[in-house]
Amino acid sequence: MKQILHIATRELNTFFDSLTAYVLIVIFLGFSGFFTWVYGADVFFVGQANLNTFFTVAYWSLFIFIPALTMKSIAGELTEGTLELLLTKPVSDWQLILGKFLSTLLLIVIALAPTVVYYFTLWSIGPVDHSAILLGYIGLLLMSMVYISIGLLTSCLFSNPIVASLTGLSIGIFFHIIFDVLAANFVGFTGNLFSYISLSTHFESITRGVVDTKDIIYFLSIVFFCLYTSKQILSNRNLHV
Amino acid sequence: MDIVVEHLTKRYGPQKAVDNVSFRVKAGEVLGFLGPNGAGKTTTMKAISCYIRPEDGDIKVGGYSIHEHPDIIKKNIGYLPENNPLYDDMNIIDFLEFIAKIHDVPKYLIPERILDMIRTCGLEGEKHKLISELSKGYQQRVGLAQALIHDPEILILDEPTTGLDPNQIVEIRELIKRIGNEKTVILSSHILAEVEATCDRILIINNGRIVVDGTAEELRKQAAGNEILKLGVQGGDVEEVFECLISIDTIETVDIIDMDKQLFEIQSIADTSSVKSIFDACVQNNYYISELTPTETKLEDIFRELTLH
Repeated sequence: MKQILHIATRELNTFFDSLTAYVLIVIFLGFSGFFTWVYGADVFFVGQANLNTFFTVAYWSLFIFIPALTMKSIAGELTEGTLELLLTKPVSDWQLILGKFLSTLLLIVIALAPTVVYYFTLWSIGPVDHSAILLGYIGLLLMSMVYISIGLLTSCLFSNPIVASLTGLSIGIFFHIIFDVLAANFVGFTGNLFSYISLSTHFESITRGVVDTKDIIYFLSIVFFCLYTSKQILSNRNLHV
Repeated sequence: MDIVVEHLTKRYGPQKAVDNVSFRVKAGEVLGFLGPNGAGKTTTMKAISCYIRPEDGDIKVGGYSIHEHPDIIKKNIGYLPENNPLYDDMNIIDFLEFIAKIHDVPKYLIPERILDMIRTCGLEGEKHKLISELSKGYQQRVGLAQALIHDPEILILDEPTTGLDPNQIVEIRELIKRIGNEKTVILSSHILAEVEATCDRILIINNGRIVVDGTAEELRKQAAGNEILKLGVQGGDVEEVFECLISIDTIETVDIIDMDKQLFEIQSIADTSSVKSIFDACVQNNYYISELTPTETKLEDIFRELTLH
């Protein structure tokens, strides 16, 4: 556990040292603030004291940002050779993967943290459904976990960060939109299947304020599958070093 | 801690990088690992430090197998990989702190260990710099410092002096020697002088197989073979001298190295020495000897001979 934290802290520091973290936080807060409070169907138009507008904006912007954050996590270590440095220390493959996963998740938490201000602002204007907002945040975190794990997997697969990032994004698009679109075009079993594997179905159900273990299992199983596969790929490194 | 390598085999695709290699390193020994590029040195070192897993064979470090207890082995090994990868965006102190934490060095000991390493590796003047700002030589020192920070029993150094200037090479060698007094060190290199200067034992590996295992002395003895002398004779015509030398019974070949200075290279028949007969022959013919040097077989020659075939 300690090793995971050490790796995560180091990685997080790198995000901040390299300005990546600041750029992400500024853009994320800028975008979400603008669309939530100023432009288009903002919170004042909804007619209800909820943050659904914000969650939709965050849902999209995190989806785009995360592959850029994870693209170098393993690929970078491999090309720089530091993977060898780390894995010859008392660090297991699992600890490395989980450390990388945790660092990006922490960065997302840090980026989301200031938006709690939105919640307090809203609370001062009207009666807020507290649990719905809490669930909204949980939904965002679960969704981030899925995309981080997909990003890590592609970063294990491709040593070129750009390829890793674009592949991560393309896999993400399936979960984000395409499965949903397919679900609308099919009926019966196929339709249900696509609807089930579409991430947006589960995200919407959580943000609507319904907690179903099925949704949680859905998110966690993708995360587990991706992390496990990444770990296997990392363990098979003997093939190409 | 002893290192026992048993029948290590590692393939990359169809090519065997290491082929059934077995050797043993005793605790406190400094072993030099020699071989041409691509001979399998790095692969063997990577396997000992648990980075890659061999297809066949086993490595036991202090009785622990790399297949079953890589975690225990990793704790006791300090490893400096080839090309010395470091986190360039960190400064030296942060980097060493990170490595110390990963190695589970007790928290109260960490500042002391870092200072100790900075002193030992001569990094005092640079300690606050980013690693990316350091020259290659200093980076190599940081690499050594990270390998030593947890005071490991075993040190594995893959080409520790590449890219250093001559002064730095001497310094690093001194450092390795000092460390080698207390610890088991395996060091790879393709510079023979370096291995001879720092190591107790030499292992030469070629095409994935061990071709020589022994001390530098033993190696020389093994390859020495016939006596070779460099001889300068004056006081007579070159051709006369040549005729005179070739007529001596114990001499097998005579080569003229330099016509003007009248220098010859003389090789005696196996297990004989021609020094006395040469002297006698010169006295008889009124020549005088301007130079007589026994030629030592150079390690370089042995190396070439062993690895070219």
